Amino acid sequence: MLQLKHKIVTRWTHWANSIVLLLMIWSGILIYWAHDVYHITIGSLTLKFFPDWFYSTLRIPSHLADGMAIHFTLMWLFAIIGLTYVIHTLVSGEWRHLVPGRNALPDAISVTLIDAGLKRGPLPPQGRYNAAQQIAYSSIILMGLGSILTGFAIYKPTQLAWLTWLFGGYETARLIHFALTLGYLLFLVIHVLQVIRAGWHNFTSMISGYEPVGAPATNTLPGKVGSSQ
Amino acid sequence: MTPEESRELSRRNRRSFLGLGAGLAAAWGAWTLASNSADSDGIPVAFRKTLQWNESVSSNLLYSANNLAPEFPASAIGELRENGTIGLGDDRPQANWQVALTLRQGTPPVKVGLTAIQELPEYRQTTEFKCIEGWSTVASWKGTRFSDFVKKFAPDSPRESKWVGLDTPDEEYYVGLDMASALHPQTMLAWELNGAPLTEEHGAPLRLVIPVKYGIKNIKRIATISFTAQRPNDYWAERGYDYYSGL
Repeated sequence: MLQLKHKIVTRWTHWANSIVLLLMIWSGILIYWAHDVYHITIGSLTLKFFPDWFYSTLRIPSHLADGMAIHFTLMWLFAIIGLTYVIHTLVSGEWRHLVPGRNALPDAISVTLIDAGLKRGPLPPQGRYNAAQQIAYSSIILMGLGSILTGFAIYKPTQLAWLTWLFGGYETARLIHFALTLGYLLFLVIHVLQVIRAGWHNFTSMISGYEPVGAPATNTLPGKVGSSQ
Repeated sequence: MTPEESRELSRRNRRSFLGLGAGLAAAWGAWTLASNSADSDGIPVAFRKTLQWNESVSSNLLYSANNLAPEFPASAIGELRENGTIGLGDDRPQANWQVALTLRQGTPPVKVGLTAIQELPEYRQTTEFKCIEGWSTVASWKGTRFSDFVKKFAPDSPRESKWVGLDTPDEEYYVGLDMASALHPQTMLAWELNGAPLTEEHGAPLRLVIPVKYGIKNIKRIATISFTAQRPNDYWAERGYDYYSGL
């Protein structure tokens, strides 16, 4: 039997906003370069965002105007696609698969440790998504909203002064905006890795929507099948 | 899965992969078209049009003369970077400085002396200078409100014109302002920075300070002020930047 795992709006918004987000990050780096003050210092070690070789390799320098033109154009697309996904997720009832449950945090830690081979099973019970996925897929939406709001706080710090104030002022809003971007990149690495590990049928379910019933859920041990709905 | 189901799954996947491929191709096509569209002052016209749309949203929906840029205590004042020297290259002496004022597009300019401008009501502010690059520095300015300058020397111009253009003596640097932003209560003509007369680097003897816009609009060393029906030329807008540049 085949089951529909991902509805059409989910699939279209997933792929569309992945591309738009990558372009937003790209154009965002073109803007960030003009005042690239962020760094992490641990003891005597400083990690600079970003080193000169990073900029020169990707041909980033001196494209502030281009960066802003792209960023302030695609931001509308990012917001509209994101809003479409959120409204659809609420209206269709799909949110029930995504919202973390009461035991989400300990379950998510458990799943992650077992998946990483650092702990033995059994896995916590799950629906379509395990607790770690629920936290990740819900957080990414909150992060998207955070980027939009901090983005406007940076974009209009006088006309939307109340919004800028809510985020602790211009400098803090800009820092949050940057930190969220690093968050997307971290999410991307882990997400792609896990999709590869989850196998072909899981991947194609985000394209056609369908997967075979009884297909193994992500992070299960071989031979153990999660109960998909 | 039965062989039938497997075939159906393959069919669905194939169709959807083609659909995704078509979607990606369409997106790539749209992006290529947009990026290769005709140059419009330093950026492709597709993006220039969106910036202009953003401008109308900002000026019609967001902008209010009641929205003020925050002011800061003297303790927050920093050393203001001299970030550009474009337009500062003439060797016109500062004594008896006069501004050429064009009251309406197409009329000959009248001369207004700096001493006459300095008799207007004194206005001081301690605000953030926000560079479009991303950095900000708090600075303290003394001068007069641009709206007071207009009331005295160009009272009919706001009614007759939509834009204000300002130029340096050598005409190397020039900015254009929408009338509403020019008349914002915090827009000022300044001749003192942090308690001392403007230095050459910071735009002596007269500069514009407009905290509701990015630093690029805060033109130094003003020689001409023009009220126009058409949008004036703007140095950085010609080089790919947003004309409105409003905060």
